[in-house]
Amino acid sequence: MAQTEKVVNAKTNFRVKTRKSLLTPKNVPYFFIGPAFLLILIFTVYPVISSFILSFQEVRGVEKIFVGFSNYSRLFQDPIFYKSLLNTFQILIVQVPIMLFLSLLIAVGLHSSMLKGKAFFRISYFMPAITALVAASIVFMILLDENFGLVNYFLSFLGVDSIPWLTTPFWAKVSVILVMTWRWAGYNMVIFLAGLQNIPSDLYEAASIDGASKVKQFFMITIPQLKPVFIFTVVLSTIGTLQLFDEPFILTGGGPNNATMTITVYLYETGFRFFDFGYASAIAYVLVIITAIISWVQMKLVGDE
Amino acid sequence: MASKKISSKIIIYILLIAGVVLSIAPFYWMIVGSTLPSGEIFRVPPRLLPGDYLAKNFQTLNESLGIAKIFWNSLFIALVYTLISTLISAMAGYAFAKFKFKGKNFFFFIILCTLMIPSQVTLIPLFEMMVTFNWLNTYQAIILPTLASPFAIYLMRQNMKAIPDSIMEASRIDGAGELKIFFTVILPVTRPAMAAVAIFLFMSQWNSLLWPLITLNSKEMFTLPVALSSLIGMARIDYGQLMLGTTLSTIPIMIFFLLLQKHFISGILGGSVKE
Repeated sequence: MAQTEKVVNAKTNFRVKTRKSLLTPKNVPYFFIGPAFLLILIFTVYPVISSFILSFQEVRGVEKIFVGFSNYSRLFQDPIFYKSLLNTFQILIVQVPIMLFLSLLIAVGLHSSMLKGKAFFRISYFMPAITALVAASIVFMILLDENFGLVNYFLSFLGVDSIPWLTTPFWAKVSVILVMTWRWAGYNMVIFLAGLQNIPSDLYEAASIDGASKVKQFFMITIPQLKPVFIFTVVLSTIGTLQLFDEPFILTGGGPNNATMTITVYLYETGFRFFDFGYASAIAYVLVIITAIISWVQMKLVGDE
Repeated sequence: MASKKISSKIIIYILLIAGVVLSIAPFYWMIVGSTLPSGEIFRVPPRLLPGDYLAKNFQTLNESLGIAKIFWNSLFIALVYTLISTLISAMAGYAFAKFKFKGKNFFFFIILCTLMIPSQVTLIPLFEMMVTFNWLNTYQAIILPTLASPFAIYLMRQNMKAIPDSIMEASRIDGAGELKIFFTVILPVTRPAMAAVAIFLFMSQWNSLLWPLITLNSKEMFTLPVALSSLIGMARIDYGQLMLGTTLSTIPIMIFFLLLQKHFISGILGGSVKE
């Protein structure tokens, strides 16, 4: 009743209202994107341009002096920068495949057999993905302590000598990979699980009738059907790893001997410990270029579909 | 054959449960650790049951950080950020999904570009900007720079595309103004998408370290992640208080997660997984 009254009211006021209102269907979209666009202009577009200019400058006190490409040529002779690039890629190449393999394995395990308590498993595996990376790194820093950490304590029952997780270059990298895998495996697992559930079941039925074994079905149906999901997780993990900061920063501070120095940790150190803004901007732009190249390659791969 | 099936099922169960233990154990250890004195955390053999040092840890944590204020900082920043950012991205998403206007493609192109660029590249100019505005150690320094999230805008656009134009047309014929249509017709329909976006935004702000680390240097303005990282930088680390701080930053999210699992999972996955 009230509804119809309102409608009638609105109809009689139609003309007056449209005249009065400043917002018409023609101009209202500008009002709607206005705040977002203004914010992006000020806090993203301007900084992106500004840091490009900064990467060709040197900041001396309050002055900014143009130095041409000298920040970039310095980068190419900087062993720590090379180290951070190398570390980032080593972690990327080892961590992403291991983690995605694990995620897929868990997802297939949860999906395949008619398990009870699927929801329980899903929640438990997803739990690490809700923790702050800082929190996860702190807990692992304590768990991985060489002398008193729980990990070495439990490994000692298996006859493993205590491992210097955080204090030697090799194991420090392994530790970072461990934390990343713990934190993200369940996250990717849920994505895979959703992908598995979207595969039409008649594909499997047809294959069973044709006498294809479960293993064959996995490689002939599951893997090809999951390809888009795969690409999605690879892209996400790759971009995330290129920007790796929290885990090495908390766990090892980039050490020992720069073994866990990543591009972003180096950028932070250069910019905000040594306040070398020009040089740090050049580092940031190298990260932009690497990300662009990798995104481009991955997009090409998807484009083949 | 049947017994083979059952045994393989048992093996899958055992492996999956082992995985669950590995996923959950660090949380358990974190909570236990927050009830132990620093020395007890590093004892061999370890204590695996809660102790009675929780109150003492809280006291030292409060003395070294003023934990209530820091908790409030984190909560206030994340809540205000989430509210405004969700609204802004819903508005922009609506414009992109449901209107034709001059420059639309250009605006959308800019948003897609910012989606691809690593945010690290903005850090230094943003820091300079905050210095110029005299905004270091303020809430707005943390909230404003990422307030318009290209990702959230994109998600809202995708969701709002599904709304039929006829709903808006009908309201217009009824004489409803454009703002009224947005707030009373469009927003209620997109509630699930907004919930997912809100959770995504809240989590990314609550857990964010790098930018707050750069802009906040006075203790009373710290957020939880910055405060925790400052505890590690101290000469003598008190692990009991560190574990308690970590627990305090994790527990609220954990409770939310357990209450709203489905929303939460699709939110954290950025709406990429449909339930």
